[in-house]
Amino acid sequence: MKQASIKRFIASAGIAFGLTAGTAAVAADITGAGATFPYPIYAKWAEAYRAKTGVGLNYQSIGSGGGIKQITAKTVDFGASDAPLDADKLEKEGLVQFPMVMGGVVPVYNVTGIKPGGLRLTGAVLADIYLGKITKWNAAPIAALNKDVKLPDQDITVVARSDGSGTTFIFTHYLSKVSSEWKEKVGNNTSVKWASGVSGKGNEGVAAYVQRLPGSIGYVEYAYALQNKMSYVLLQNKDGNFVSPDDKSFRAAAANAQWDKAPGFNLMLTDQAGKDSWPLTGATFILMHKKQDKPEKAAIALKFFDWAYESGDKLALDLDYVPMPDAVVKLVKAEWKKIQDASGKPIAF
Amino acid sequence: MTATAAAFETSERSAYNQPPKPVQRVVWMDAFFKNLTRFFAFFVFAMLAAILISLVVHSQLTLSKFGFNFLFNAEWDPVTEEFGALVPIYGTLVSSAIAMAIGIPVSFGIALFLTELSPNWLKRPLGTAIEMLAAIPSIIYGMWGLFVFAPLFAEHVQPVLIKTFGALPIFGPLFKGPAMGIGMLTAGIILAIMVIPFITAVMRDVFELVPPLLKESAYGLGATTWEVVWRVVLPYTKIGVVGGVMLGLGRALGETMAVTFVIGNAHRLSTSLLAPGNSIASSLANEFTEAVGDLHSSALIELGLILFLITTIVLALSKLLLLQLSKREGRET
Repeated sequence: MKQASIKRFIASAGIAFGLTAGTAAVAADITGAGATFPYPIYAKWAEAYRAKTGVGLNYQSIGSGGGIKQITAKTVDFGASDAPLDADKLEKEGLVQFPMVMGGVVPVYNVTGIKPGGLRLTGAVLADIYLGKITKWNAAPIAALNKDVKLPDQDITVVARSDGSGTTFIFTHYLSKVSSEWKEKVGNNTSVKWASGVSGKGNEGVAAYVQRLPGSIGYVEYAYALQNKMSYVLLQNKDGNFVSPDDKSFRAAAANAQWDKAPGFNLMLTDQAGKDSWPLTGATFILMHKKQDKPEKAAIALKFFDWAYESGDKLALDLDYVPMPDAVVKLVKAEWKKIQDASGKPIAF
Repeated sequence: MTATAAAFETSERSAYNQPPKPVQRVVWMDAFFKNLTRFFAFFVFAMLAAILISLVVHSQLTLSKFGFNFLFNAEWDPVTEEFGALVPIYGTLVSSAIAMAIGIPVSFGIALFLTELSPNWLKRPLGTAIEMLAAIPSIIYGMWGLFVFAPLFAEHVQPVLIKTFGALPIFGPLFKGPAMGIGMLTAGIILAIMVIPFITAVMRDVFELVPPLLKESAYGLGATTWEVVWRVVLPYTKIGVVGGVMLGLGRALGETMAVTFVIGNAHRLSTSLLAPGNSIASSLANEFTEAVGDLHSSALIELGLILFLITTIVLALSKLLLLQLSKREGRET
């Protein structure tokens, strides 16, 4: 009995020791928190980077709002947000912002009789559907765009995201750009007041609802549309072409964006010019403090981001994200000069 | 006689001839134990107070901006930052009411069967099965509700409901609209399935506490099983039964994940039970992570405060009910 309890004590002491040793190792790691949208790729990069260098990344996908709160409170080395902060806010909090990776949002539908990729929509029609103004699949505005498709006389069930998310931010940003009525009535945010329909939690929730509800239309991240083999909409872009969502059309949107004219990279990639541009493209952003109290930790973080830009492209493409174009990466690296130690020297890494 | 011998004798005398004094160690331990338990009891109280205070402090922004109007405003617009709690409050109360309306009779039936009617060999496996239902994580109920229950419900049950009840004058509006499978009624049914094991377990346990003498006397007087349960078992156990119902109601009011999956998460007020709605807990789960604006966070925290108050009111009402019952009993006898 006594022997057993001694053994147990030794075992628990051993576990406790192991834990302290564990935290000691983590202390050298990079900590970050924020957006859920890029979490899969950050996790993948972290795994590969740890295998290569031994430096780990502890990223908590608590949402963009949480990420911004954590970085302003300086509890993490970097924050991540799907919606860019504007220049004033960056200035006020003393933050530097740069885009890390891109993705696309894809409208998906579940209508019997319309084959995958067989539905064409314009931004204005999409906005009217989400405003509840177009309620039937065979309504005139949809029929005018799809002359060769036999549209059913079926009610449209609109599916949106119930949780606040960067996906919704990109989606509503686009609709605000193309429909003044949307801008006025609903607006652009990570969560908005939807005019009609139901809402699912997370991409998986929206995907599940669209798959379950006949006559529904929803919007999900590109990766979810691919993985669930969902029928996606061909959207008309700014140049008037109907494009399908894929990494080429996302890249085209990014290539045509004028990053150098956007202070603090405060730029949304929605509705960009270019004949191949996918109108619902978006980047996700990293936030770091300009003045670093612990420059050695900032250096470790920057080294990781540098590696991700240089060698992380393939991993990103594997997970259906789109890497930043080289020209943008160059601009980002120039921006990094603003991240400085206490004496005002740019942090070397 | 030497000094040591004298000392020995004194000590011996004190040990054997005097009444035993409580050992010092025991007194100390008693006091320690008493204080420790008191500390734990007060600690719970302090935690409760701390939660309440932090909820009030962090919802200050909306409390001062919207005041009481917050409770009656059906608007919830994160873009223009106008917030009202009417839709989530309505959703929480209605979905819980549906859960109770289904859950209480079914639990009562199960508990009754288990204690009074079931053959002995069936009691244990059935009881265990019910208890295992209680151990299933709520997200499993949610996923099952969304992927399995909702499609079947939309296909086979809701069209019938719409056809038979939709045209009725008073109840009609409750069963209108498209059969989507998700919405307030589905949330209520899933909640009912989740609270049944809790209510059943408590009811069964208290039913078993009824002295056999009482029941057998009633049977001896020629009472039927129903009369025994209704007139002997239930009056004897009513405090426990109300306690079990409250436990279930508490779970239904605060349930988050399962409801989020099937309620439809729409911030809109609708008379139809088939339409999507929202509950306080699911609003919190949905929006808290990405609530960027201070007012938005504050509104969500105030929702939490309201849920806290609703639970307190429900608890107070149940105590009042018990008090009223025992008073009436006093008059009757």
